[in-house]
Amino acid sequence: MGNHSDGSPNHSGTVATAGQNEVEKFQDPGIPPHRLRLADTDPKAAKRAERQVAVLFGASVVGTVIFLVAYFAIDLGDDSSIATIRLQNALLGVGTAFAMLGIGTGIVHWAKALMPDHEVSEERHAIRTEDDRQAAVRIVDDIVEETGIKRRPLIRNTLLGAVALAPLPALAVFGDLGPRPDDKLSHTMWAPQEGKLKRLTRDPDGTPIKASDVTIGSAFHVIPEGLNELHEGKLNEKAKAVVLLMRLDPAALNPSAGRENWGYNGIVAYSKICTHVGCPVALYEQQTHHLLCPCHQSTFDLTQECKVIFGPASRPLPQLPIAVDDEGYLVATSDFNEPVGPSYWERDEHERSIKS
Amino acid sequence: MSAASRAEAPAYVATTKTGRFTDFVDERVGGSGILREFGRKVFPDHWSFMFGEVALYSFVILLLSGTFLTFFFDPSMAETHYAGSYTPLKNVEMSVAYSSSLDISFDVRGGLFMRQVHHWAALLFVASVAVHMLRVFFTGAFRKPREMNWVVGGVLLILAMAAGFTGYSLPDDLLSGNGLRIIDGVIKSIPVIGTYTSFFLFGGEFPGTAIISRLYTLHILLVPALILLMIVLHLFMVVVHKHTQYPGPGRNDHNVVGYPLGPVYAAKAGGFFFIVFGVIALMAGFFTINPIWNYGPYDPSPVSAGTQPDWYIGFVDGALRLMPGVIGNFHFEYIIFGHVLTLNVLLPALVPAGIIFTVLFTYPWIERWITKDNREHHVLDRPRNAPTRTAIGVAGFTWYCVMWAAAGSDLIATHFHVALNDVTYWLRALFFVGPFIAFAVTKRVALALQRKDREIALHGRETGRIVRLPHGEFIEVHAPLDEYKRFKLVGFESLAPLPAQPNEHGVVDRKEKRRAKLSQWFFEDRVVPATPAELEAGHGHHEAVEAGESQKTLSH
Repeated sequence: MGNHSDGSPNHSGTVATAGQNEVEKFQDPGIPPHRLRLADTDPKAAKRAERQVAVLFGASVVGTVIFLVAYFAIDLGDDSSIATIRLQNALLGVGTAFAMLGIGTGIVHWAKALMPDHEVSEERHAIRTEDDRQAAVRIVDDIVEETGIKRRPLIRNTLLGAVALAPLPALAVFGDLGPRPDDKLSHTMWAPQEGKLKRLTRDPDGTPIKASDVTIGSAFHVIPEGLNELHEGKLNEKAKAVVLLMRLDPAALNPSAGRENWGYNGIVAYSKICTHVGCPVALYEQQTHHLLCPCHQSTFDLTQECKVIFGPASRPLPQLPIAVDDEGYLVATSDFNEPVGPSYWERDEHERSIKS
Repeated sequence: MSAASRAEAPAYVATTKTGRFTDFVDERVGGSGILREFGRKVFPDHWSFMFGEVALYSFVILLLSGTFLTFFFDPSMAETHYAGSYTPLKNVEMSVAYSSSLDISFDVRGGLFMRQVHHWAALLFVASVAVHMLRVFFTGAFRKPREMNWVVGGVLLILAMAAGFTGYSLPDDLLSGNGLRIIDGVIKSIPVIGTYTSFFLFGGEFPGTAIISRLYTLHILLVPALILLMIVLHLFMVVVHKHTQYPGPGRNDHNVVGYPLGPVYAAKAGGFFFIVFGVIALMAGFFTINPIWNYGPYDPSPVSAGTQPDWYIGFVDGALRLMPGVIGNFHFEYIIFGHVLTLNVLLPALVPAGIIFTVLFTYPWIERWITKDNREHHVLDRPRNAPTRTAIGVAGFTWYCVMWAAAGSDLIATHFHVALNDVTYWLRALFFVGPFIAFAVTKRVALALQRKDREIALHGRETGRIVRLPHGEFIEVHAPLDEYKRFKLVGFESLAPLPAQPNEHGVVDRKEKRRAKLSQWFFEDRVVPATPAELEAGHGHHEAVEAGESQKTLSH
């Protein structure tokens, strides 16, 4: 290296500073004169610094002892209280902190107060010499030449083709990471089983809900009947099937054509899975009849069939058609009329096949 | 070799025990060359150089505490009923992963402490990498020959975030489960391959039973191995390039001024490891982080309000929040050839992060192209002396911070008693205008600071001593600077716009014209360093200057 331009012939630096070359600049006065510290001149100060370092190292020993005592003396037992754990955690923290900070600050203080603090200047060496560069370039040229890859395009091209294809198996072996999606996302547990309509039950205990339990202004977190009895894939089903149940004054609802019968006496059920990225839309604003997703604040208006009125969601929440069975319990008359949850590439296809 | 050394009397006999031990090792493995090269290698010293060290040390602490945690953590999503000592969750159905995380917190002595150390160290790791990169950017340390190391640093930032996120999800608690659900929603929005990617990642439908163990493999094997590899590359290049230094008297591009590695620098840096460890231990001891027992096991139905991701994911989450799903009657989700394009998710999730990292990775080359500055730089720029670069950096930083703040829009609304919708509207506006305001303000501030430097270099510093002259005028006495302090203020290079240059065919092509325009934009507002001639001239009418008549001789 040595000079500004790193040996390159076009000295762009001069261009960059053009117009100022004639102006005389301040000369670099060099490294400022070294100033002695108190500990350099006064043996008492040096002794004091030495003692301070020793005290800090001593503090570290105390910290280690605190840690060991906290670890062995505090018994968590079988039913440890939060307070005991908190105390032990704090003491382990204090112990470790003292042990580490004692060593750390001690060493740094030692370095700053007692070790020589003369600033030294060292030459930078070139990352590589011009000699090396030329030799290396020549070696690379020779290697390329000796392979003959330039003269034998057949070899080069077949090699390129082979290398380009070779990683494909590495991708393909990941094919069993998961099953094909097929239409799994378009069905939920709400579909009637063997002609029997599924009851709406409370989340999480699974007790069925009577229409008469749902008073105006109330909201229920709902799961389908039978969810809790599932042995496998319970969370997968729950992640699609959770529903919010609310009752409004029937006059406040404005059902569109074909959806007049989806509610019962002002009771309506909507998917709880946000159409944005799938968080549970868990907040019901009773006065305004808005549903709010706490993750990204998408807001849905119950009085307009959960149309999006604010936030990043783009689609209304799907509605679950409900009715009342002979015993007065709420049931779903069918599955959702569209896939629930966040959008995905094949969603429209699935929606069309559900509706047809 | 040893036979020879027995025959000849060695020229230098070690006087300390450590020296003799070193000799012993060296005679067997031959490390004296390395020691000779590095033992007294000079390192410049500055507080801002410590961010990189903090990052390195927190990574070491992550490895130590993480290894401890692996002895007790079980990444299985099999269902179990909690039987540990935390009473509120007794018999609650949960995954083995969550149950073992609770056991670490409540039934393994020091387990909670280790979890907290690990989490705090992770937050600090990403933060220190980010701040270190800001330091490198604003001081121009990414310039030749360090462009590649800047890229390695950027990769490390991404890996740090990946390590953080994969680890964050492991306890399988409600909070992290909802985070995964958001990730799943984002993945599903990817055109063509989104649904398949989601099914492959989760081993079927969300949440499935595979994701935790898969993330675990990534978290404890792949990602840390890559981080380690990148750190080795990073440090190797630091050794090759030697460290940059701040401008000042005696410092130039051909030397390194600082303390020798042994003993001073090694002691300071080594001691600093213990200090970082101590501070993390204090935080872990006193500040609860991620109290998973409060959240409960993951369940797709409940969610708690006001939840936040770890800080480094915040900017993506904030961008998701800022994006409107519907404007007027225009829906950002629409059907194209029978398929769903979910722009309201896809755009905010990918575009801002994409822009930030693309600009970050390419910036050294962009600036080098604009300035045509192909020299090696080992002396840093003070941020004020590169006003346009500093302004670009602050603009980008502001953009990031707006998105980051948006991730807490609900908390801003509840804490400051303002409407949530208004917070979002304001942040949406700031998303677009914030960077421009930040650019303009920063550039003005940088130029003003440069003028201030000139003023001080030429007229000395204000002493605060008011003197009444014989004719009744009051002046404040200015004390001239010594030459060392002055050189710090004047010893920089102020690049001028570089007009379009003809290429080898003697033609000024369109690309070159564009470059010249950018160069004009980059350097048109500038303050040149004070010169000895100006100082001389200033002394000529000394009184006038001292009387505080702000006589600015700026070529602006």
